[in-house]
Amino acid sequence: MDYDIVIGMEIHAELATKTKIFCSCSTAFGADENTHTCPVCLGMPGVLPVLNKKVVEYATKAGLALNCHIANFSKMDRKNYFYPDLPKAYQTSQFDLPICTGGTVDIEVGGETKHIGITRIHIEEDAGKLLHESADGTLVDVNRCGVPLIEIVTEPDLRGAEEARVFAEKVRNTLEYTGVSDCKMEEGSIRFDVNLSVKEKGSDVLGTRTEMKNLNSFRALQRAIQYESKRQIIELKKGHRIIQETRKWDDVKGVSSSMRSKEEAQDYRYFPEPDLVPIIITDEEIAKSKAELPELPEAKRARYVSEYGLPEYDAGVLTASKVTAKYFEDTVALYNEPKQISNWLMVDIPAHLKEKELSMETIPFGPDALAELLKMVKDDTISGKIGKSVLEKMFESGDRPKAIVEANNWAQMSDSSELMGIIEKIVDDNPKSVEDIAAGNKKAYGFLTGQVMKATKGQANPQLANKIIREVVGKKING
Amino acid sequence: MDITRLTIHETNDALKKGEVTFEEVTRAYADRIDALDDNLKAYLLKNREKALEAARTMDKSGVKGDKAPLAGIPYALKDNMCSEGLTTTCASKILANFVPPYNADVYDRLIAEGGILLGKANMDEFAMGSSTENSAYQTTHNPWDTSKVPGGSSGGSAVAVAADMACYALGSDTGGSIRQPASLCGVVGMKPTYGLVSRYGLVAFASSLDQIGPFTKDVEDCALVMNAITGHDAKDSTSLDVAKKDYTRTLKDGVKGMKIGIGRSFSGEGVQPEVQKAMDDAAAILKDNGAQIVDVDFHYLDQALAAYYIIACAEASSNLARYDGVRYGVRADEYTDYIDMYFKTRTQGFGPEVKRRIMLGTYALSSGYYDAYYKKAMQVRTMIVEDFNQVFADCDLMLTPTAAKTAFGIGEKIGNPLDMYLSDLFTVPVNIAGIPAVSIPGGLDQAGMPIGLQLMGPILTEDRILQTAYTLEQAIGFRANQPKCK
Repeated sequence: MDYDIVIGMEIHAELATKTKIFCSCSTAFGADENTHTCPVCLGMPGVLPVLNKKVVEYATKAGLALNCHIANFSKMDRKNYFYPDLPKAYQTSQFDLPICTGGTVDIEVGGETKHIGITRIHIEEDAGKLLHESADGTLVDVNRCGVPLIEIVTEPDLRGAEEARVFAEKVRNTLEYTGVSDCKMEEGSIRFDVNLSVKEKGSDVLGTRTEMKNLNSFRALQRAIQYESKRQIIELKKGHRIIQETRKWDDVKGVSSSMRSKEEAQDYRYFPEPDLVPIIITDEEIAKSKAELPELPEAKRARYVSEYGLPEYDAGVLTASKVTAKYFEDTVALYNEPKQISNWLMVDIPAHLKEKELSMETIPFGPDALAELLKMVKDDTISGKIGKSVLEKMFESGDRPKAIVEANNWAQMSDSSELMGIIEKIVDDNPKSVEDIAAGNKKAYGFLTGQVMKATKGQANPQLANKIIREVVGKKING
Repeated sequence: MDITRLTIHETNDALKKGEVTFEEVTRAYADRIDALDDNLKAYLLKNREKALEAARTMDKSGVKGDKAPLAGIPYALKDNMCSEGLTTTCASKILANFVPPYNADVYDRLIAEGGILLGKANMDEFAMGSSTENSAYQTTHNPWDTSKVPGGSSGGSAVAVAADMACYALGSDTGGSIRQPASLCGVVGMKPTYGLVSRYGLVAFASSLDQIGPFTKDVEDCALVMNAITGHDAKDSTSLDVAKKDYTRTLKDGVKGMKIGIGRSFSGEGVQPEVQKAMDDAAAILKDNGAQIVDVDFHYLDQALAAYYIIACAEASSNLARYDGVRYGVRADEYTDYIDMYFKTRTQGFGPEVKRRIMLGTYALSSGYYDAYYKKAMQVRTMIVEDFNQVFADCDLMLTPTAAKTAFGIGEKIGNPLDMYLSDLFTVPVNIAGIPAVSIPGGLDQAGMPIGLQLMGPILTEDRILQTAYTLEQAIGFRANQPKCK
């Protein structure tokens, strides 16, 4: 029997506000423990929250970017539960009236476009972190308490690991583009929860689902789904029942295991947050946010094809990251050769980044330097091969390409009189080649070119060298 | 001159004329606290030395009484208002050692006025109660008869003012916690419109109902303190951003042409005859002064009390969840894991009434019960707001007794929570609707215990309420009476 995999996702993304959701503490990542705290985010007696307006603006923008309806009226609620990383013993979140509802995201998988429904997006605060390494017991770091989050909840529209990954990437890119979240997976600023069930192919009846929380890489997401769907199918084939539960994904072992069953799930006793007033967003504010949205990946991709004449594939790769797209556009602005730039940005640069464990955010030279390099390649100041060596040096030293070419004396030999001397000598030294050519074997030209390049240590302008070789050989043959 | 008998405005006059120094004023109150409070037990923390030092500093700096009406006037804060460097316990064991690193907004405002803090006043634990017997530390006694309760939950603040152990005090009122003790102790107590006074730094009991307000010796003082503590506060999202009023401006304008409603549902068999008589006398006074007396109907008195206990307890169950022993306050000495730490800390730290309300509130919010309790209570709340709108379409203000009966005996109701809850019957509708109300002394009963009269008005009509209260006060002349403090 065949099975369908049914997946709904919950995505938590930290918003890129400078300050927390209810106080003016910094949201910066990586500070010393409990240094970004104040009486408000510590949940001390008598303090009150004040909602950060930027949070509402960013959530609105996220909603618009994911094609949601933005509520003119929404409110905050308290989600009550005890845990030492939650100072107030309730998380201020949104329950029945979230800020965004009813969105959709289109993904392309296997050449087909699929609509994935967004049920809702709501605002909430992050909790702190427990540090278990101390010998004195568990310690609490409250820095992350009150960092603003949005939670994006999808419809159960995803049908497998591939779709889930493509969807997650799309959402991440969109949020990153919109500027509402930096989406740094390694800092946990975007996390994925997966609700997964399997059902008999064609059946309308959904199976019992399990939940896997806090998957923090696309790879983990994909593997966790592959493992869990297989596990559920095997269970069902054995005639076992799927237990509704939260399962923990172990990325090292590549297995999921039971954490707690939903039957003993907590009752969060949601009720409206009395310390905050309802969130009112006017149509004018929504229109303003919409106008402020930057060009999103899809539109950018289409523009790269129409405006820059790039192949679809290139446009897709370049727009997959906001930083790469910006780097590309900045380079094009200085040097209008989109395809050449695209080639280098897609192949050579990523290879170096990977080797040096860098990213487009930390690349040691700017678009102006890349433009300078590519110009030199294009106008034959250097060969493409030398260009790659220059690139390598740029990654090592951060020096300007022109300076690197000069220092290494890498400029191509484009002086025909100088080349003429070298070529005449090579032709004289290789009478066999001349005979071959005279006999109609044009391949011997290649050998001569190779000899010239060897003699000039690759600096001879190949076109010019070829032209001169033909002249010299022609003279020889024709006397 | 008996300094502690003076009101704020009288003290301010004496200071302005140079008849007394700041130090003399503060010393008079501090001495009186030393003399009386061992018996009355109004204060949880006495701030004598710091208060005297602050007063001396003011004398030396050449500041005079004209700096501000409250400059150099000694006062008490209910112990649920945060005061930097001074313990703020909410009369609970769980916060026995809690010293906040910040001030309540009202405290900051009084500091700016040059007020002198005499100490922190006793209260029912976390403001839950109507007799101040729920304090984890001490039972405060009514100065008119020390075998009686002072009311609650702001009993310490009421007694401090009634017994002249403070020139004025601040309390908080969630369901009557200012007005009921003001009534039982024969002082003026006002609950302002919800949002008029910042709640920042007021340890929350029920966030949507809590409001800070003054206890004073007379109505003019009440207006002066209101002038000092009201105003928008950006730290409190529920703080109203409205123009500041001078409540003394219209104080003496009389009640001519005003329509005063008498709520029929606030009289009847439960009301003590002397209380009813005080009501009738008050209505007659207002009529004599040119007001029109009309009958009005408020329909939801019983439902208001029920809705109040659900909403207040629901919010409290969430507000008090933070007292878990993790970051501040008292933690149980021994526990096996964090769950056990929560259990033991909260079991040992909270008193029985607080536990009762946390459980009630938790139940009311639980899945399966939410609709029947919390949601229903919120619907009743809407009906009460609408009912008050109806009432105030027919009159400017409503006059009712603050409490049906005068002060009861210590220990009399503590074993019967429902009976205790009923003592808030006439005060809770005001909190549910967020409207302002004042309680002023309306006379003494045959046993010599004070009777309270309550004036309620639509939101932001504190000026009209105080103006009416002033007219009544002048005619009643209650200040001629003085408690024996024995």
